[in-house]
Amino acid sequence: MPADTVTGTSVPMPPVRSALSEPGWVRILLIGGALLFLALFLLLPLVAVFAEALHRGFDAYWTALTEPDAVAAIELTLIVAAISVPANLLFGVAASWCVAKFDFRGKNLLITLIDLPFSVSPVISGLIYVLLFGLNGLFGTYLRDMGIQIIFAVPGLVLATIFVTFPFVARELIPLMQEQGSDEEEAALVLGASGWQTFWRVTIPNIKWGLLYGVLLCNARAMGEFGAVSVVSGHIRGETNTMPLHVEILYNEYNFVAAFAVASLLAMLALVTLVVKTALEWRFGDELAATRH
Amino acid sequence: MVAAGSGAVAAGRESAVTVRASLPLFRKPSVLPGFGLTLGFTLSYLGFIVLLPLAALILKSSGLGWSGFWAAVTTPRVLAAFQVSFGLSLAAALTNAIFGFLVAWVLVRYDFPGKRLVDALVDLPFALPTAVAGIALSALYAPNGWIGRPLDELFGLKVAFTPLGIAIALTFIGLPFVVRTVQPILQDLPPEEEEAAASLGASRLQAFSGIILPAILPALVTGFALSFARGVGEYGSVIFIAGNMPGLTEILPLLIVIKLEQYDYAGAAAVGTAMLGVSFVMLLILNLLQQWMRSRHAR
Amino acid sequence: MSLRRLTLLAAGLTLAWLGVAAADSKDSLLNVSYDPTREFYVEFNKAFAKAWQAETGHVLTVKQAHGGSGKQARSVIDGLDADVVTLALGYDIDAIADAGLLAKDWQGRLPNNSAPYTSTIVFLVKKGNPKGIKDWNDLVKPGVQVITPNPKTSGGARWNYLAAWAYAMQANGNDEAKAKEFVSRLFKNVPMLDSGARGSTVTFTQRGIGDVLLAWENEAYLSLKEFGADKFEIVTPSLSILAEPPVAVVDKVVDRKGTRKVAEAYLQFLYTREGQEIAARNFYRPRSPELAAQYAGRFADVKLVTIDQFGGWRAAQEKHFSDGGVFDQIFQMGR
Repeated sequence: MPADTVTGTSVPMPPVRSALSEPGWVRILLIGGALLFLALFLLLPLVAVFAEALHRGFDAYWTALTEPDAVAAIELTLIVAAISVPANLLFGVAASWCVAKFDFRGKNLLITLIDLPFSVSPVISGLIYVLLFGLNGLFGTYLRDMGIQIIFAVPGLVLATIFVTFPFVARELIPLMQEQGSDEEEAALVLGASGWQTFWRVTIPNIKWGLLYGVLLCNARAMGEFGAVSVVSGHIRGETNTMPLHVEILYNEYNFVAAFAVASLLAMLALVTLVVKTALEWRFGDELAATRH
Repeated sequence: MVAAGSGAVAAGRESAVTVRASLPLFRKPSVLPGFGLTLGFTLSYLGFIVLLPLAALILKSSGLGWSGFWAAVTTPRVLAAFQVSFGLSLAAALTNAIFGFLVAWVLVRYDFPGKRLVDALVDLPFALPTAVAGIALSALYAPNGWIGRPLDELFGLKVAFTPLGIAIALTFIGLPFVVRTVQPILQDLPPEEEEAAASLGASRLQAFSGIILPAILPALVTGFALSFARGVGEYGSVIFIAGNMPGLTEILPLLIVIKLEQYDYAGAAAVGTAMLGVSFVMLLILNLLQQWMRSRHAR
Repeated sequence: MSLRRLTLLAAGLTLAWLGVAAADSKDSLLNVSYDPTREFYVEFNKAFAKAWQAETGHVLTVKQAHGGSGKQARSVIDGLDADVVTLALGYDIDAIADAGLLAKDWQGRLPNNSAPYTSTIVFLVKKGNPKGIKDWNDLVKPGVQVITPNPKTSGGARWNYLAAWAYAMQANGNDEAKAKEFVSRLFKNVPMLDSGARGSTVTFTQRGIGDVLLAWENEAYLSLKEFGADKFEIVTPSLSILAEPPVAVVDKVVDRKGTRKVAEAYLQFLYTREGQEIAARNFYRPRSPELAAQYAGRFADVKLVTIDQFGGWRAAQEKHFSDGGVFDQIFQMGR
């Protein structure tokens, strides 16, 4: 330290770097500490997934992934995401349009309510649908009489997934659209464009990267959700098991290679998500909400 | 999620201003179309997906009556689960506040090979499904796992299926919250004050405690609170590594599941409602924190 | 939010799903079962599907759901569409009957109290039995860690508990206070409670926690088969309990789905020679005297008490496992 202060005061051109930085050994220590922590807490679990999945060889890995129940779980996960992500996309666009483009009373409350699902435990997100649609729930008997199955079937999984991924797109778009203002839309309208034309030709091109970013995060969570779907799924093999639930079942059947094999698919999904997300941030950083770093 | 979190900060700021300006009317006039359509859709969707089901939860637990509700959430087992969930989330959030700050500091202030990769990796816990994190951590820290075995043999330290294991899982999922809240603030910190301090003869340590820490403290506290809030509700990554021992390693969300499995709907709903109430309070505190942050930042 | 709108949305979601699943129009059954029957029913389902196809020409798929027995019963009560339930103990099916999903006299509809196979509770210890565990009284010694699932959610755990209770009653001249104290000491040695038997087996065999696993006999044998007899061994206590895991057709579900015929045939197939043989191969004690004799060498001869000594399952459940029951009391005493 003394060396730094001496140079800082005695040299006429202040050497900004050294005044604002730590001695080399401190730097190395801090970098080393941070990297060690990340390696231990983030990287190692990721490595463990692939190591456990492949430790009986690639054949065992491949067999585990192509086994009918695993395929059914993968299909179901895709179906659930294919319904819930577009639903939340539609909602996100509608919500951000009315929140960002208009001023009305109770807007703050609306924004808080949109955020609400993030602060609810996943287990509660599943529980509420059981209380609503379970046979002993509010609408249980009515639905049974109508022959509609929600809990322990795909609709329940979809509803629970929609709930936990509810805010992703809206939260991404609201700040972005607020920041962009409505000038361009207003100009288009004045020039004679219809509402829909304005939306498709002016708004959408402006928000497309933010939209993609939101959808990406929404999808990652939708495919990976465990707690909420665990409560509403009946855990029927090949029928109501999504990939994360299938991982748990295989894990409980001593079938660790298979459990980690399916888990490795989910881990790859996570990695792809991270790559696309990082690429979006680098490439279109300023077109995403500026509030992000 | 953190990205979205800071987004909400901005949203809150803008709307706070605009709402004040539009008090007399329900809605300020605008040439843009689609207000009725989008607001109507937003409210119906919100109502059906979020509000109605949450109302069902509160309705179910209100069936117990106030005394029944109170009795259901104050049994020793529930109280113990509250203690486990809150205590361990607190420990994990504290760990994250320290190491998350370190990571943010290193990422902002220093250059080293692979920095961008490390930066991207920080978001892994957001992207990795919780069940995958759960089985991976459990395999690592079990007495016969890569980390668990040496810890057990060298120090006799058991991690998996003990409170420590839960704390580790909660640290894993909460880390990005701290890094991603502190990082942008650290980045925007003007160098002038530090330079001035250095030229006045302050040591780096003094500059750190006198200038840097106060500036990023609100962000650090927000990140801490986000990490804490997430930990209390977390289920997937914890259940694989928790021992599920009532009073010792039984977390609140698991207790809800157990109550459901024992046909105790009202009890499950009561604990759920209590947790929901706590979430509300935390959301409120977070909003206050963020307001505090904004006023500090604007200074 | 009107009910109609809700129904519409629900119907929409259902349709979206039906569109995907429409290709599947074969006969199908859902068997909701408890934890350790996974391997048994995989084999049994194949055999039955073959027999069913030979008899009727229909292709049959049997779907399985496994979990702690109490938890599975809860799911069925909540609307899980089980055609048949094959659970760990009678009370869980009673609970489903209480919810009105099947006739209360279900247990008399099939031979042997509707339990086509039986099992018992044994100890699984590490090879060489380092803690020298021979009988129930070794489990309450200080420093012995006992692994068992949670009696509140797992059927096997309730059999474990009752077997320990029966031993304590016998050893203490039927003194309930002493039995309670014994079981309480036993549970003080339990470091964690999984929600199902399978979770506990994983904890003990894979995660290396604990010195002894209280397990279904079939689950213990399966562990030896899976992990090798060089890692674990089975200890049979001086006294155990006759576990009768019952099976039943869920009337309300099969009548709605029109699957009664195949569901009943499925359960009856459990009593056939082939069904009994598959059960025996999977370490369940067969009911058929002929097969019992054939597989006699496989199962240790142990003195077995029955659930009747506890006054039947309803009484046992009420006294020991209900909220505030003996299990809750010892758990609060212990901690």
